[in-house]
Amino acid sequence: MSHLSERPDDAVVGLALPHESAALHVTGHALYTDDLVHRTPHVLHAHPVCSPHPHARVARVDTSAALAVPGVVRVLTADDVPGTNDAGVKHDEPLFPDVVMFVGHAVCWVLGDTLEAARVGAAAVEVDYEPLPAIVSLTEAIDAEHFQGGRPVVARGDVEAGLAGATHVYSGVTEMAGQEHFYLETHASLALVDEGGQVFVQSSTQHPSETQEIVAHVLGLDSHHVTVQCLRMGGGFGGKEMQPHGFAAVAALGAVLTGRPVRLRLSRTHDMTMTGKRHGFHAQWRVGFDDDGRLTALEATLTSDGGWSLDLSEPVLARALCHVDNAYWIPHVLVHGRVARTHKTSQTAFRGFGGPQGMLVVEDILGRCAPLLGIDPVDLRRRNFYVDGQATPYGQVVRHPERLAAAWEQVLTDGDVVRRRAEVATFNAAHPHRKRGLAVTPVKFGISFNFTAFNQAGALVHVYKDGSVLINHGGTEMGQGLHTKMLQVAATTLGVPLAKVRVAPTRTDKVPNTSATAASSSTDLNGGAVKDACEQVLARLREVDAGRGLAWEELVREAYFSRVQLWAAGFYRTEGIHWDSTQMSGHPFKYFAYGVAAAEVEVDGFTGAHRTLRVDIVHDVGDSLSPLVDIGQVEGGFVQGVGWLTMEDLRWDESDGPGRGRLTTQSASTYKLPSLGELPDELNVALLEHAHEDGAVYGSKAVGEPPLMLAFAVREALREAVAAFGPEGASVELASPATPEAVFWAAERARGEAPDHTHDGVVEGLPGAVPDRPDPAAPALHPRSEQAARAAGES
Amino acid sequence: MPDPQVTVNGQPRPLAGTPTRTNALDFLRGLGLTGAKEGCAEGECGACAVMVARPDGAGSRWTPVNACLVPALALDGQEVVTAEGLGTPERLHPVQAGLAAAGGSQCGYCTPGFACSMAAEYYRPDREAGPDGFDLHAIAGNLCRCTGYRPIRDAARALDGPAPADPLAERQASPAPAAVPTRVDGFARPADLAEALTILADHPDAVVVAGSTDWGVEANLRGRRASYVVAVDRLAELRGVSTDGPVEIGAALTLSEVEAALGDTVPLLGEVWPLFASPLIRNGATIGGNLATASPIGDLAPALLALDATLLLASTTGDRAVALADFFTGYRETVLRPGELVRAVRVPTPLAAHTTFRKIAKRRYDDISSVAVAAALDVVDGTVVRARIGLGGVAATPLRARATEAVLEGRPWTQETVEEASLVLAGEGTPIDDQRASAAYRSAMLGNALRAWWDEEWDEGERQ
Repeated sequence: MSHLSERPDDAVVGLALPHESAALHVTGHALYTDDLVHRTPHVLHAHPVCSPHPHARVARVDTSAALAVPGVVRVLTADDVPGTNDAGVKHDEPLFPDVVMFVGHAVCWVLGDTLEAARVGAAAVEVDYEPLPAIVSLTEAIDAEHFQGGRPVVARGDVEAGLAGATHVYSGVTEMAGQEHFYLETHASLALVDEGGQVFVQSSTQHPSETQEIVAHVLGLDSHHVTVQCLRMGGGFGGKEMQPHGFAAVAALGAVLTGRPVRLRLSRTHDMTMTGKRHGFHAQWRVGFDDDGRLTALEATLTSDGGWSLDLSEPVLARALCHVDNAYWIPHVLVHGRVARTHKTSQTAFRGFGGPQGMLVVEDILGRCAPLLGIDPVDLRRRNFYVDGQATPYGQVVRHPERLAAAWEQVLTDGDVVRRRAEVATFNAAHPHRKRGLAVTPVKFGISFNFTAFNQAGALVHVYKDGSVLINHGGTEMGQGLHTKMLQVAATTLGVPLAKVRVAPTRTDKVPNTSATAASSSTDLNGGAVKDACEQVLARLREVDAGRGLAWEELVREAYFSRVQLWAAGFYRTEGIHWDSTQMSGHPFKYFAYGVAAAEVEVDGFTGAHRTLRVDIVHDVGDSLSPLVDIGQVEGGFVQGVGWLTMEDLRWDESDGPGRGRLTTQSASTYKLPSLGELPDELNVALLEHAHEDGAVYGSKAVGEPPLMLAFAVREALREAVAAFGPEGASVELASPATPEAVFWAAERARGEAPDHTHDGVVEGLPGAVPDRPDPAAPALHPRSEQAARAAGES
Repeated sequence: MPDPQVTVNGQPRPLAGTPTRTNALDFLRGLGLTGAKEGCAEGECGACAVMVARPDGAGSRWTPVNACLVPALALDGQEVVTAEGLGTPERLHPVQAGLAAAGGSQCGYCTPGFACSMAAEYYRPDREAGPDGFDLHAIAGNLCRCTGYRPIRDAARALDGPAPADPLAERQASPAPAAVPTRVDGFARPADLAEALTILADHPDAVVVAGSTDWGVEANLRGRRASYVVAVDRLAELRGVSTDGPVEIGAALTLSEVEAALGDTVPLLGEVWPLFASPLIRNGATIGGNLATASPIGDLAPALLALDATLLLASTTGDRAVALADFFTGYRETVLRPGELVRAVRVPTPLAAHTTFRKIAKRRYDDISSVAVAAALDVVDGTVVRARIGLGGVAATPLRARATEAVLEGRPWTQETVEEASLVLAGEGTPIDDQRASAAYRSAMLGNALRAWWDEEWDEGERQ
């Protein structure tokens, strides 16, 4: 057991505690960025002028009519930018564009004494557009070879030989839609120039340091002139990792130029039409199986729908490529990736960060090929699991594969899967118009930022003379319980009661140069940093104590009078990881998080409507730091994944009509996410036991993202239920999301009312449908972090 | 007339000077009560839910509504309780304590709204303590993006009854505040129907609101502004229910009130209620408003078409009755004349013996129909003697499936007839492709509606 992971007796970590702000949440006393408007005098409100075109040159912007609207104070345009007119880190996101790239793209922003004045003013701004051709759908972009950024390749072995040696070869296409984050709190910023002359921006941001950098470069200031604070967020899910920067910069620009605080809060419609979402993906694949159904080779080309700019599309794609294996050993692999450029919102991070999309490809393949192989999908998945000593296609040995096997066995046992699958068969035989399915799927998800440099964190821990403790760390709270865990880590390390410790809001002037609260790794990183800071203080206190066993308060007081430093800056860097993006190989992940879900569904053959009857989950969080928080993450992630796969249905107008490029599901009434009615009647969640993780803080594992992918069980159960409408042994293609309509059409095909229903899109044999093989001279990924690390002489 | 004011968490708060366009959510947040949040601004997410005291027999009922949809001025004279008014961090309300302890909040943004919806159900006088006493439909209009709902559900089910001296429970024993006539710039709550009709005659462009669940969306999402708003939801003449002879329902009753007043009287409507939006919406939306907005996808219209309902319209020039089947003239257009109000909905009796309501949507609850089918049949000696089928979502207006009705009437009620009628039903209307569904799916769902009904309720071949 490592020092990092070793847990003392009577640890505060491991206790099932409610969220540290729960009492504030339930009473409405918890403050979010936009709640501060009402305590900030003389605030100006910002409203965007949005493009109605998916792609157009901005020929003229005339703000005079807007300025004549009572209450309008100023209109912010490109001419006002003192620094760099760019809201991204790749210089492809002009804050005030001269070419609009999607419907909703903000051309300029109107500031008003009231939101109403700003809104009316925005409507009065005259903009002349010269429309340009637009590419809206992913398949249009693929056909037009309209790509952006690097084109990574993950390769191992000889895929042609692997396919040639296979008993069965299948090929096909898998498409999956994106997903709107629909955090309940839309993007919000509140900026002012404070009494010290610094630009102070409160922002709903998962990445305050990057928001700070963007605000600074837009304003033409050094970072030390700008402070960004995030109190808490009403959900983030990745949607506030890169997207907040431009909004914060607009608010800050307005504050600097007018001398008044500026509030920018997006309406739900603006949030949905202006900000990025989970990437939809298109995958072409060929796969080989041996006599026993073991995977021999996989070739695939994954194309993500990046939208108009890159932002995080390259790392999302990299993670997709690194998860196309999910839990399965595949000897020969060749996976190409590319990012399509479309005239839509710039798609971005979303819980799982490409991992879910990569994993869906292999789960779709197994689900569609199992009937053609004549192998029960439960067996097919299980027999392809990694075993000890095997490595992923990018070269990382899979540690603790037996834990996944243990979780699998536990789900089969606790979920009574064998007996219930027999019951499902009986039910299906008796019901021509209603069918059930029960599927079991695994999750293996790599933890750490792929890009090594981001795997660092800082913390600042103060012990005051009265013995109370204040902690700051670089992570942001968005509901995931990070602050709760950090309090538990600090109390455990210092050996003080939880009530002694308070966590302060995240601010860039407390802990600088932080990484995004993302990649599920914030507890690992910030927990390591908090623990380090606490240990520094504790070591000094122990010297003072000199074995006397003084009470905490007494010890602290004595230390102060002995002129001993009672605060410390902690730092943590994840050891033992390395990654080469150019080669797409290395050891990018500190460890893998595992999980297994079994789901039983029922489909109504008349409508395609479906219900999830029961779900059994065993998930691996290591030694849980905070079981109530962790179970909440598992359940919430699972339901969010079910939403992505079965309900949430982003639609863009792909017609040639005047609405081309418009998001047609831009509100809560047209974009549906799971409600209480989608909660399975029975949802059993267990945390895997004997799961100590030696390489992470107090033996825990990350939990934010991996459970989302447990939802594959629901999608696969739907596939099996749909298959039950048709003859045995037929493959079923299921659209993603598997909305009632999609399920209905799949059932119609299964019922044989369309041709070719036995293969349903799967091609058998060689050569099959060979995936596109992008130009070998296409650019690789070259992230800044690796270039910098190399320049500094690191591996 | 005294200056308008509203009681919030026990404190009087002046409404004077509040613009007509300001909704109750923004008004409350402007008071510093920032617990209620704007999540969607169209009544879909419930993050803005607050409780208002509404009449309930001789007493009152804490009734949750979406504050984002209600004009603040419509609250003149009313009592409102927000999450801040339920409890404090130091002294949590039992609902709040339960939510907090169960892990029912993660990001916490939706939580105050959940607390209000749950508290209203907590105070329902006929609620029984115990896991099954809490009607989970009460929180069907609140969205949570973090928890997946399990801990919220468990917290709701674990709730006990209110303590004996619970002030909010005691409040329900006395009457709700009476409707207060309001006349300010741009907003009027008339005292009676005659005044309402006079105002409407004087202001033909006035926007009539009741629960404002439709107008609120127009104002919030599409920036529409009214020169004049007339609130009719508390007009006594529009709030009666009669089940003696034809069923007559006052147009200004909320759907929740209609549901409670009718009980099991009209089984077809009983099928509609749980599928119609959410309790937060049904507590505001009125039956008259739902029909007068003439949405082609409103769920009530198909049901009332199947029930052969008639609308009673009132104006200063007199009353008239219009069959609902003749009421809708085009997309969001009706025969209503300027200055005319829907006064009541009349459903003839005896009711058809066999009825069904089938809603097709992406989400089971709280979604807008892709297709809605309501059918009412009288079958005598195995023969269909009368058939009425109302459809939503397949044309610019709700409409009757007259060709299908014609196929059914006079035919034996058998699977063969169902099949023949289904082929005709699949061709009714002029469905379109949109973000909710394809035209082909809509037609297929029409075709399957009677088949599914037959399978579930008539076919002896498939029984569990």
